[in-house]
Amino acid sequence: MDDLDRRIINQLQGGFPVSERPYRDAARKLGTSESELITRIRCMLDDGLLTRFGPLFHAERMGGALSLCALKVPEERFDEVMEQVNSFPEVAHNYRREHEMNMWFVLATETPQQLDEMIRRIGECTGLEVYNFPKQAEYYVGLNLQV
Amino acid sequence: MSEAAPEKIANEALPDIDRRLVLATQAGLPLHARPWHWLAAELGVEPGLVMARIQAMLDDGRIRRIGVLPNHYRLGYVANGMSVWDVPDDRIAEVGEQVGRLHSVSHCYQRPRHLPDWPYNLFAMVHGHDRQEVMHEVETIAGLLGDLARSHDVLFSTRILKKTGLRIGG
Repeated sequence: MDDLDRRIINQLQGGFPVSERPYRDAARKLGTSESELITRIRCMLDDGLLTRFGPLFHAERMGGALSLCALKVPEERFDEVMEQVNSFPEVAHNYRREHEMNMWFVLATETPQQLDEMIRRIGECTGLEVYNFPKQAEYYVGLNLQV
Repeated sequence: MSEAAPEKIANEALPDIDRRLVLATQAGLPLHARPWHWLAAELGVEPGLVMARIQAMLDDGRIRRIGVLPNHYRLGYVANGMSVWDVPDDRIAEVGEQVGRLHSVSHCYQRPRHLPDWPYNLFAMVHGHDRQEVMHEVETIAGLLGDLARSHDVLFSTRILKKTGLRIGG
């Protein structure tokens, strides 16, 4: 990763133009060429330095529903419960965290009703209380990562 | 909870062209010199319509932004702590904005308390090269919140149990 890669990461987390030649327009601001910018983005995607390049959608505004949920999983049942939880395709990602609430996962469904239904089913399936942490307000989610 | 969050998106309410554009770009934007024109050809519509619809989705917030999504982990930000804070409800909007603007914070939300187990209502995801750096950033947040933070905790992630890609209902 060189200086140009870093500038692409730092300056192109948003604002990619909606224009006829957007790479050329973005490249001009970055002090490089259209073809070089395309090559750099492709290489960083291939290398895994970038997860994605394109529009980032706002699930709720698209009509979907998301929530963060947590479980207090007894240590001896951790792997079993992990498999139960992960088996639902609505569980988008799941992290182990150091706390009595040791399993934290994000549910993504097409409607808010389906979200409630999933919480009920996961509670039933695991026999554990599902702590639901729906987003009540979202504060500035910035173009934060700097390299 | 990165912004890479897989999102399953309902689409019945969306105009058909918007839905098709979401589906066509969910894996990413074409790396062609004229990506919007390329999409238009794929979908059999005019480039002007594609650019107008994308701009409309940006304007109404259905698209948060268009750009690169860096992989925190691959860029060396391997430590991730979910910092959680108990702050007064009537001050949370003001301090939430401030915390969200810190470079180390990728997401900042108000979420419900679950008393008595869980007194925290402000969640700020903090990234760092190691735990020490995350804790240093948490101290910065603590300084910013001052007496408004009645208590806090940091939940480090120790294992990714599942992470799926972007997924949009077709």
